[in-house]
Amino acid sequence: MTDFFVIPAKAGIQSSKPPTAALDPRFLGCGDVSEQQTEPGFEDQALPATRVRGYWQSVFYRLRHDPVTLVFAAIVLLIVLAAVFAPLLAPFDPYKESIVGRLKPFGWRDHPLGTDELGRDMLSRLLFGGRVSLLMGVVPVLIASLIGGLLGVLAGFVGGRTNTAVMRAMDVFYAFPSVLLAVAIAGAMGGGMANGMLALTLVFIPPMCRVAETATTQVRALDFIEAARASGAKTMTIIRYHVLGNVLGPVFIYASSLVSVSILLASGLSFLGLGVRPPLPDWGLMLSTLRQSIYVVPLVCALPGLAIFITSICCNLVSDGLRAAMDVRM
Amino acid sequence: MAEPPVKGGAALAEVSGLNVRFVTREATVHAVNGVSFRVQPGEVLCILGESGSGKTVTLRALMRLLPPRRTQITGNVRVDGQDVLAMPPRALRDLRGGLVAMIFQEPMTALDPVYTVGRQIGETVRRHTGCDRRKARARALELLELVRVPSAARRLDAYPHELSGGLRQRAMIAMALSCSPRLLLADEPTTALDATVQVQVLVLLRRLQRELGMGMIFVTHDLGVAAEIADRVAVMYAGRIVESGPVARILKAPAHPYTAGLLASTVHGQPRERDIDAIPGSPPDLRRLPPGCSFAPRCPRRTAECRRAMPEPRSPEPGHMAACFAVTGAAGVWS
Amino acid sequence: MCGCRPEVNSPAYNGPVLDPRDRGGPHQPLLIARDLRKHFPVKGSGGRSVKAVDGVSFSVRKGETLGVVGESGCGKSTLARLLLHLVVPDAGELVFDGDRVDTPELPIRALRRQVQIVFQDSYSSLNPRMPVRDSVAFGPFVQGKKRQRARDIACEMLGKVGLDPDLFGPRYPHELSGGQKQRVNIARALATEPRMVILDEPVSALDKSVEAQVLNLLRALKRQFNLTYLFISHDLNVVRYLSDRILVMYLGRAVEIGAIDAVFERPLHPYTRALLASQPSMDPARRIEEAPISGDPPNPIDPPPGCRFHTRCRFAEAPCQRTDPALGVWEGPQSHVAACHMHDTASGHTLAHG
Repeated sequence: MTDFFVIPAKAGIQSSKPPTAALDPRFLGCGDVSEQQTEPGFEDQALPATRVRGYWQSVFYRLRHDPVTLVFAAIVLLIVLAAVFAPLLAPFDPYKESIVGRLKPFGWRDHPLGTDELGRDMLSRLLFGGRVSLLMGVVPVLIASLIGGLLGVLAGFVGGRTNTAVMRAMDVFYAFPSVLLAVAIAGAMGGGMANGMLALTLVFIPPMCRVAETATTQVRALDFIEAARASGAKTMTIIRYHVLGNVLGPVFIYASSLVSVSILLASGLSFLGLGVRPPLPDWGLMLSTLRQSIYVVPLVCALPGLAIFITSICCNLVSDGLRAAMDVRM
Repeated sequence: MAEPPVKGGAALAEVSGLNVRFVTREATVHAVNGVSFRVQPGEVLCILGESGSGKTVTLRALMRLLPPRRTQITGNVRVDGQDVLAMPPRALRDLRGGLVAMIFQEPMTALDPVYTVGRQIGETVRRHTGCDRRKARARALELLELVRVPSAARRLDAYPHELSGGLRQRAMIAMALSCSPRLLLADEPTTALDATVQVQVLVLLRRLQRELGMGMIFVTHDLGVAAEIADRVAVMYAGRIVESGPVARILKAPAHPYTAGLLASTVHGQPRERDIDAIPGSPPDLRRLPPGCSFAPRCPRRTAECRRAMPEPRSPEPGHMAACFAVTGAAGVWS
Repeated sequence: MCGCRPEVNSPAYNGPVLDPRDRGGPHQPLLIARDLRKHFPVKGSGGRSVKAVDGVSFSVRKGETLGVVGESGCGKSTLARLLLHLVVPDAGELVFDGDRVDTPELPIRALRRQVQIVFQDSYSSLNPRMPVRDSVAFGPFVQGKKRQRARDIACEMLGKVGLDPDLFGPRYPHELSGGQKQRVNIARALATEPRMVILDEPVSALDKSVEAQVLNLLRALKRQFNLTYLFISHDLNVVRYLSDRILVMYLGRAVEIGAIDAVFERPLHPYTRALLASQPSMDPARRIEEAPISGDPPNPIDPPPGCRFHTRCRFAEAPCQRTDPALGVWEGPQSHVAACHMHDTASGHTLAHG
């Protein structure tokens, strides 16, 4: 059993005396400084006995022991890999149409998932559509996190009137339901993938800003920020070294939960014709065009919807798991 | 100083072999390890210790106020002859506030902010006696006057945030006394108070304890507070009682090295030219206690035996017990 | 005996050892505060404000430890922050070694190179996401040292406060005990080589056994680095042990100031007397039978008119309700003054004597 009170790793420790002698003279009240073998107050300090993990190590530990989150994370990973390797995995060209082979069920002539209303292979279109949908899910969140996060940190740290101005501006956007807002912006700018992503980014900036601002305000009240100011640091230095590291956690968790929402919204925009334009494969767009054919081959027509559903819910559950893992109280 | 109560009668509170463990997925914290003591009716026992000594957990175990799922309690806890650890929930609810009452360190969090003080005291009264609202209010007024709250009638309708810290603490004491408990548990009630307010609360508690004949268990880390209020002191370290005895004995001539170290390191009139005799090192980690005596790593009088075996309590003179191999005396049990 | 300098109040003391950065000479007080004032407006109450610090003047001599005591609401923590301009004073001036602060001669940044602060709450004073060594290195880094040099200074400082830099440097705050965290805070304050350190209740949140270690450390570091301390605490025993002079605050005002033994043995102000009488004696045979003072410290939002203490004072009379007593002129190191009408012959108080 480790003799934990003896200081481990003696190398470099500032006193070279044997342990037992160090403790006795001081305790028995020998007050003469010159007789003591170390300066008073400089007693050898020991770390707590149990090996305490760092923050990120604790997070990984919790994740490793959370089977539910791991399963869903694996599914998300599979979807992402499928989308990335779509050119290798797709059996057919997603744009190749066929008048004869329209709306065929599963398994017809090497089409494992059937064909759509223009005779294109469903599996290939789903794989390539995954690229678009995932892109439209992740990119707006990423950009919104950057912009909204920075805005929120600045507003939270500076406080006062700047804070009021920024947050009230965000509140204006908050007043609109996100779907309507996305539709309005995308519609006003005309459709298209880029405009759709822009619309989603604008929709996500206010909530990211708010999360960052709350976290920053909490951190700002802590003493180590004052200590940093007392060392003479400028505002930007303090933000860079002290605030960002502490705010990153909540912002990341919230961003991960937004990804699932973003996928849904993006699909919605495409469904309404305001997002991706045909013939680009996209799950929302596919749902829209297959809508009329639902009584012909219902299973095939439901596939894009199923893809949206699975992806979105898996992202959601992974983000829940992340939140639970990262909410580690020290 | 009041006469110490007659020994030998039935103890008001009796704890023997109490062990409390908090179990989480990551570690098991051994908060209390084999604690035994007895409190007579009308006696004030002060449990003295630093943070992590297990004093608060011991106190809460007396009313079973510990989180039920994470906690493993073994041992024997009897209050007025009743076995607290085996009590059904209904009996436990009658015990709390009725026979045994508790006052806490932070009055702001112990009082409900959305109800007036009078209403909260009245609620406790009604829960235990079943009387009507008017009688409860009259009793609340009587209690506020008992704890010397100025303008008591007006304060009945005050919300906790409208009262100052000292008044809130008095209101909490009034609430605790509402059903004439025979045992009062105090969990560091004066730690968060200013010096001038602390002395008022201590004088009040002493007076109330004498007048109402209550037994009191007072947990603190402050030796000065123990000197002001205790009849007997039990010193705890790493979940064990290391010394217990009459307050004058413990503070003037402690037997256990930890108590001696605590006294020497408390700043109280030491000459300015010399350093304070600090106890070296830090308190142990309750997740991994060393074998043998828990204080051995920091003890100036330790020997090889101290790290092998747990010292049993020894009695240098009657009524005074210390768990240390260096103490000579008859082997005894904690009283 | 131990070869160190004679204590500041003793006759053998002949001035502090001078720092190379010294500008004013040995008899210039290191810090002079004149009439510092800070009011925090209370929202929604129509112009009322919390008068946290309301006209405090004092000076700190080179090489001494000035203790500041008071209860909650007295303004001592606000005072600590005012001295570093972490909170900007509404009125009053600060003079550091002869230079007025917040002027071209001594801008705030330059002040912060020479004065540092250690906070009370060791937990929130350290960035939980930064290893301890980086927290300590931040000060020198900000003041212009290169990153590696700042790290080296940090490691050296950690060693000087009794923490092995290889063992403790890469650790995070949550892995350290309370006493160790406070040592890190002290290392951080000293990393920028200040001449004066403001200690805002540095040991209040620590266990008694650890408190003693940290106090010993503070004493040793003061000798080693030739520091001047402003030690704020609510614990009179600790202040008596560590300080040369003491300043007693009540409701945003300084009510008594003087050499430590003079104030403890012959307190002039009734509040100081009550405060001293409220300290437990540690002797069960001599218990306090009656509280020396009743009621709580009042709210700094609406201080009473006249002398702020008159509502709780046994000796209060008519002049006390009308006029606010002044602290009295501080003449020299041995002077002991109190803001009380009983010590002012011109006040009209019946107990005032010449």
